[in-house]
Amino acid sequence: MKTKILMGLLAVVIAGLIAVPWIASYFYIFILTEILILGLFAASFNLIFGYTGMLSFGHAAFFGIGSYATALVLIHLEWPFLACLLVSMGASALLALVIGFLSVRLNEVYFAMLTLAFGMMVFAIAYQWRSVTNGSDGLAGFTLGSFGLGLDLTLGNPAVYYHVVLAIVAIAAVVLYLICRSSFGMILKAIRQNPERVSFAGLNVRTYRLVAFVIAGTFAGLAGGLIAPFLRVASPELLHWSMSAEPVLMAILGGTGYFLGPFVGSAVFVLLETWITSYTESWMLVLGIILAMMVIFFRKGLLGTALDWWTEVKK
Amino acid sequence: MSGIGAALLNSLDIGLLLFIIAVGLNIVFGVLNIINFAHGALYMLGAYLAFTLINLVGMPFWAALLLAPIGVAILAVIIDRVLLRFIYSRDVADSLLLTFAILLIINESVRTIWGSGIQVVQPPQLLSGSVQLLGSSVATYSLFVIVIGLLLLAGLWYLFNRTRVGRIMRAAALDRDMAEALCINTRMVVTGVFAFGAWLAAVGGVVAAPMRALDPGMGDKIIIESFIVVVIGGLGSFPGALLGAIVLGLIHGFGGRYLPEVNLLLPFLGMALVLLFKPNGIMGKGATA
Repeated sequence: MKTKILMGLLAVVIAGLIAVPWIASYFYIFILTEILILGLFAASFNLIFGYTGMLSFGHAAFFGIGSYATALVLIHLEWPFLACLLVSMGASALLALVIGFLSVRLNEVYFAMLTLAFGMMVFAIAYQWRSVTNGSDGLAGFTLGSFGLGLDLTLGNPAVYYHVVLAIVAIAAVVLYLICRSSFGMILKAIRQNPERVSFAGLNVRTYRLVAFVIAGTFAGLAGGLIAPFLRVASPELLHWSMSAEPVLMAILGGTGYFLGPFVGSAVFVLLETWITSYTESWMLVLGIILAMMVIFFRKGLLGTALDWWTEVKK
Repeated sequence: MSGIGAALLNSLDIGLLLFIIAVGLNIVFGVLNIINFAHGALYMLGAYLAFTLINLVGMPFWAALLLAPIGVAILAVIIDRVLLRFIYSRDVADSLLLTFAILLIINESVRTIWGSGIQVVQPPQLLSGSVQLLGSSVATYSLFVIVIGLLLLAGLWYLFNRTRVGRIMRAAALDRDMAEALCINTRMVVTGVFAFGAWLAAVGGVVAAPMRALDPGMGDKIIIESFIVVVIGGLGSFPGALLGAIVLGLIHGFGGRYLPEVNLLLPFLGMALVLLFKPNGIMGKGATA
């Protein structure tokens, strides 16, 4: 019963998302595009945080590399967009393999610190390697050509780009969901709860954590590849540690224990940001207060708290 | 010679300033098992309070050096009692997240109160010139930073090794339940240590104010630097904070001068190398990797 209602709700939301360009202005199309891309970024992060229990403070490295990869391919090679995204995913997967290989052996704080260090190393390289990355200005001035697969899409049109993002994020989310639901995903959950026990059961915890880290990095790279044409720039800010904090906030906000939590978090985050900044400059102040409340009182996030409340009401 | 000498002196003043700040972070981690993400924000608050006391109220620098850190320590007591007490028994991840929330709140408050522009604090008359040392001229203020750093270093060493309060802090850091069983009011120790850590951060902020321009992003910069210091030296280790601060000071002092094209990369490279080969830091002890 409960799942049926939830599935129905999800179907309505998806139908609504598809219909948006016909009923809403460009303003909302931009907001929704951002929510979807950051939602995917946060969901990829939650695979290692919510599922596997590793708090990474360097996830923006993969997001940023993805955006730089797409920007570089568009500038120098002018490949179709789909090929750019594949390059983004490949580049971030490779980077995640290297960083992950070195990082997953550490626990808790040390893992957080090491991922922070690696993330900032990537930031420093993008900031100082001017000949390739154009330094602090970042890469801009690239234009989207064709999409690929012989599809005739005008990607420059925000409504079309929104639909492309919606389709790609939906596919990526389904893939991520299947990974979370698989036996592999179950093992990740077990690792979060008790790594010693999992290794006593004969499984190599480090390998599982590394694979999760690489998958998360790859999807973050995909999100990065999507954000570059949306922002029309790939800049070092996308790699900075404060960008790494965003998926953390979104996952906590929505609920780390639920697959859709990060997407809910991303929606609430972007909508609140848009809404509050139209009244006051102090959006970060409000965010800080909300985050403090979530961490102290509502550790399950908005989605988790809402679901708990709903079960409570039904009784 | 003078190039190396200047770089060395520069390293030392950056290093000792970082030590003042990072040792506070380390003491808090040692006793409370909390990584205080807001530590840099408290440092910034110290600097801005000093700015208000000196430039707007018209107090002398020395009075600000005394009063601003006390103000920040009082705020820290409130933060501890109102917010942090909820998460003492939880994961370290939760403390990172909650103190990150506090960082956002303080950062934005500073931006609202003092504006997002750059503010400047003049050093006191006594310290504003430069002196001749080893044949080159050195800013008097750099020497002052070094002296303050060494004084605090000696004071902290004395506090931890020779006084009852210091022993109580160390006992609470080693085993809080055991300390409690020995009739130590650990709740008060915890609040006191957090306030003391904030006091150290704010002292760093006041000392830094005349050397560096004040802007609302200064806390974020210093917290990352402090993380690097405590990771290189060893989380929770007092001598480690000194060693890490000197190492990072040297990286900045020499890296900025001789390797400007990669100077941003170097501190993180150092941090990563230490974490890879000695996860508990150079002076870190115990605990499994």
